[in-house]
Amino acid sequence: MNPLVIGIGHYLAVSGAVFGIGIAIALSKRNAIAVLMGIELMLNAVNLAFLTFSRFGSAFGSEPTAPLAGHVFVVFVLTVAAAEAAAALAMAVLVYRRRETVDLDRINLMRW
Amino acid sequence: MSSIGIVLGFYALSGLTIGAGLLVFLSRNLLHSVIFVILAFIGMAGLFVTLSADFIAVSQILIYAGAISVLLVFAVMLTPYASRDNPNSLFAPAGILIGLGFAGLMGFVGMRVIWPQLTGSDLEAQSFTGTVRSIGSMLLGTYALPFELASVLLLAAFIGAIALVREDEA
Repeated sequence: MNPLVIGIGHYLAVSGAVFGIGIAIALSKRNAIAVLMGIELMLNAVNLAFLTFSRFGSAFGSEPTAPLAGHVFVVFVLTVAAAEAAAALAMAVLVYRRRETVDLDRINLMRW
Repeated sequence: MSSIGIVLGFYALSGLTIGAGLLVFLSRNLLHSVIFVILAFIGMAGLFVTLSADFIAVSQILIYAGAISVLLVFAVMLTPYASRDNPNSLFAPAGILIGLGFAGLMGFVGMRVIWPQLTGSDLEAQSFTGTVRSIGSMLLGTYALPFELASVLLLAAFIGAIALVREDEA
């Protein structure tokens, strides 16, 4: 691939890199809020992949493919991400109020 | 997409996004992590602009860099006696390996497979002007039901968040 002609592969590589960073953060951080940041980065990477395929694939044509369906999906992903962030942070505050910590290694009430 | 501005912008913005993401992982202070994640959101919004996604880029800045980052700062500030450093758990090596593996796989597939490649002149031939009008008509046309369901989801999350953190009176 020519590094001076930006194509779909470059965007997908960036999307995969950000998604990988998000996975690494979400799996290896101990603080619940840091884990949430990793999940938000993963959702962002998915949005980038959606927009990339929309731009280079079906793109903005009127016929016959649905125009901008990828953009509408991204709007819904943004909505779900906002709802998820609000609910998860409320849970973090609630857990903190009960147990004085948001350390995931120490939230082991349901450990068998 | 080969004009020099697009190429430079793409590399600068992807470097900003990936670098900020790495710093979220590496920084030792949780508040610094929040700052770097906001920086990554802004870099991602710039990448959306290079993909001609004007409406989504503005929404990204409003929702992620505005609302969600404020929620993150609130959550950090409302847990004052929790640890402020950003430690890794025992799963850190496995997590890093999985992340590296996924990034490598995605980059490999993206670079190797032949994808459809519409160029800027194709977009001009389709008389592309902007995305807002088309997104709006789709949200209220084809995708009207998911749109309403999304509003119900937001309401449920809103009420749920309030109910969760409400102090019990009595």
